[in-house]
Amino acid sequence: MKIHEYQAKALFGRFDVPIPAGRAAFSVDEAVAAAEDLGGYPVVVKAQIHAGGRGKGGGVKLARSREEVAKVAGEILGMTLVTHQTGPEGRLVKKVLVEQGLDIAKELYLSLLPDRGSAKYLVMASEAGGMDIETVAAETPEKIVKVWIDPLIGLQPFHVREVGFGLNLPPAAMKPFTRLLTNLFKLFVELDCSLVEINPLVLTADDRVLALDAKVNFDDNALYRHKDILDYRDLDEEDPLEVEASRHNLNYIKLDGNVGNMVNGAGLAMATMDIIKRAGASPANFLDVGGGASAEMVENGFRIILSDPNVRGILINIFGGILRCDVLAQGVVEAARKTRVNVPVVVRMEGTNVEEGRRILAESGLNLTSAVDLKDAAAKVAAIVK
Amino acid sequence: MSIFVDKNTRVLVQGITGREGQFHTRQCIAYGTRVVAGVTPGKGGQKMDEVPVFDTVRQAVAATGANCSLIFVPPPFAADAILEAAEAGVSVIVAITEGIPVMDMLKVKNFIQNKPVRLIGPNCPGIITPGACKIGIMPAAIHKPGGPIGVVSRSGTLTYEVVHQLTGQGIGQTTCIGIGGDPVNGTNFIDCLEAFEADPETRGIVMVGEIGGSAEEEAAAWIAANGTKPVVGFIAGLTAPPGRRMGHAGAIVSGGSGTAEGKIAAMRQSGIEVCEDLGTLGEMCARVFG
Repeated sequence: MKIHEYQAKALFGRFDVPIPAGRAAFSVDEAVAAAEDLGGYPVVVKAQIHAGGRGKGGGVKLARSREEVAKVAGEILGMTLVTHQTGPEGRLVKKVLVEQGLDIAKELYLSLLPDRGSAKYLVMASEAGGMDIETVAAETPEKIVKVWIDPLIGLQPFHVREVGFGLNLPPAAMKPFTRLLTNLFKLFVELDCSLVEINPLVLTADDRVLALDAKVNFDDNALYRHKDILDYRDLDEEDPLEVEASRHNLNYIKLDGNVGNMVNGAGLAMATMDIIKRAGASPANFLDVGGGASAEMVENGFRIILSDPNVRGILINIFGGILRCDVLAQGVVEAARKTRVNVPVVVRMEGTNVEEGRRILAESGLNLTSAVDLKDAAAKVAAIVK
Repeated sequence: MSIFVDKNTRVLVQGITGREGQFHTRQCIAYGTRVVAGVTPGKGGQKMDEVPVFDTVRQAVAATGANCSLIFVPPPFAADAILEAAEAGVSVIVAITEGIPVMDMLKVKNFIQNKPVRLIGPNCPGIITPGACKIGIMPAAIHKPGGPIGVVSRSGTLTYEVVHQLTGQGIGQTTCIGIGGDPVNGTNFIDCLEAFEADPETRGIVMVGEIGGSAEEEAAAWIAANGTKPVVGFIAGLTAPPGRRMGHAGAIVSGGSGTAEGKIAAMRQSGIEVCEDLGTLGEMCARVFG
C-alpha cells in the first residue's frame, strides 16, 4: 500500500525523524493559512499524489510571500499532474503540502527495504541525492553505499557508522544522522514497510539533517496488524474497478487491452495474459480469483470484468484444484444471468469435477464457447476480438 | 527415486483441524501419504479421523517420529508455526500458507539457515512424488508416476497446467515441487536443481518461473556451470506492467529488474529450452526429453 508524502511525514514525526515544519492543505485558503502559521518565507507548496517526479511536472513550487502562496496553490490544486509515473492521463491534485523552505547545504539519498535476494534488511544511501536512484546506480554505482542488516540482530551502531561515513557527513552532522537513521529503522520494522525512501535527505547549512521528501510503502500482507495505517488509504489514487475488486477479496489489476480474463492462481493468470497477447489480442486485466473462490466471488469477478467498457471478449481459464470446476461453472452461470453479458465468452476448464462443470455450462442455455485446451482457447479469443 | 520426500516420509500437519487442514489432510492420506500426527494448540488428545492431534509440534514429534511438517496455519501465526517445527527437529517443512508478512519471513529464513531443516514455501502448493506421497494441495489425478521428469515452479495452478500437459504427452514425473510465489522463501530453484541433478531417476527438468526478483537468472547461471540434464523453462508475466504486484507478493517488475524478457534471455544463454507459448509446453517437452 502506498501513502502520500504528508502522511509519511506524519509517521516520521511520530517516530522522531526530523522533517521540515509544514502541513497539508485542501484549498487555497488552507494553504495560505498553513504558510502564515510557518512564520516566515519562503515556503514550498507540493502536490500530493501517489507518484514520483512531481517537481518536473510542475507540482512543486517555491513561494516567497502570502500572495505567491495563493497563486501557486491555486495553480497546483485542481491541476492534472503528469509525471513519468502517472501515465499520460495524469492525476488530479486535490491536496498540497505547505512546508518551510530550508537553507540546504547538500542533498543526500537514504532508503530502507527488505532485500529479497539476501533475506536481510538493506540500507541504501548516496551522496548523489535529489536524483533518481536508478540513474545513480546505472551511471555512478560507486556513489551508492549499501549496508545489509541481519533481521535477527537489527540495526547496530556500526551499521549506522558504515552509512554515515559512507555519506562523508561532516562530523557535526554525525550525531543527528545517527538519531535519524535509528528512528527511521524503528519505523521501517515496526510498521512492516516494503520501502522507506528519503530523496532528498538534506543537510542544512547549520548541520541539521532532515527528510525533505518521504516515501513509505507498506507490505499488504502485514496490514492486518496496522489498522491505523489503513486509515491512510486514499481511494482517489486507485482505479475504481480495483477498489471494487478489493472489496470482494479479488485480485484485480486493470490493464488497457480488450480481452477480459478470469483465472485461478497468479502464475496461471499471468501466463493466460501472455497467451492472449501471443494470439494477437491484448489483456484488459489481471484477475486471480484465488484457490478457494466461491461461486459468489466468481460472479463478482465476472461483473467487474464486464464493467470495463473496453472489454470485447472474455476468456475464463480455470485449472480446478481446490477451486472445483462445478463451483466455477455455477458462478459463471449466475453472473451471466444477473449481468447482461454482451460480449462473447470462451471458457477453458480442467481439473477437479471438470465434467460436472462442463455439463452445468452446456445446460445453462448461455452463449458460451468451450475450449479444449489453452492453445484452442487462445485461438478462439483471438478470432473473437479480431 | 525422488527428491526431499518419499513414501517413508512421516508427516505431521500443523493446523489439521481447520477447514483447509482437514480437507487436504484427507486428500494426502487418500493418496498414500503417511500422515502420523496433527497439531492444533488446545486440541491435543483429539483425533482428526484416525490421526492423533497434539498441542505442540514437540509432543507430536516425540510421540510419532514425524520428520516432516505440512503447515496450514493462517498468516498471522504461520511464521511462529514454521519456527516451532524447526525447533522441534523435523527435517522438512512444507508451508502452504499464503500472505505471511515479509518481515516475519526474513526472521524465519535467517533463523533456519544454519539448522538441518529444509523449508519449502511458503505460499506454495507443496511437493508430490507421484505414486509415493503428496504433501500439499495439488490435484493428485493429473500426475503420472515413474518419472523421468522433475518439475520445479514458483506458482501453483500454473504448475498443474504444466504437469497436466506432461502427463498428456505420456511423460511421468519423479517429483514436482512448488517453491512458492513470495519474495522470501525457504527452498530456491538451485536447491531443487541440485537435488534433481543428483537423482539418477530424474533425466530432465521443467523449471517454471515468473517475473520479479532474480532467482531464475541465478538458477540459469547454476545450470550453465553445473547442469548435465536437459531443462525446459517457462516464465510467466511477459505482459505484466512494471511496478504492479501481479497477485504473488514476489511477482513485481521494479526498477527494470525482474522482467520476463531478462529471465528468458538468461535462461536461453544457459542452454535452457525456453517455451514462450504455454499452450505448446507439453509438445516441446516431448521433443526435448523424447
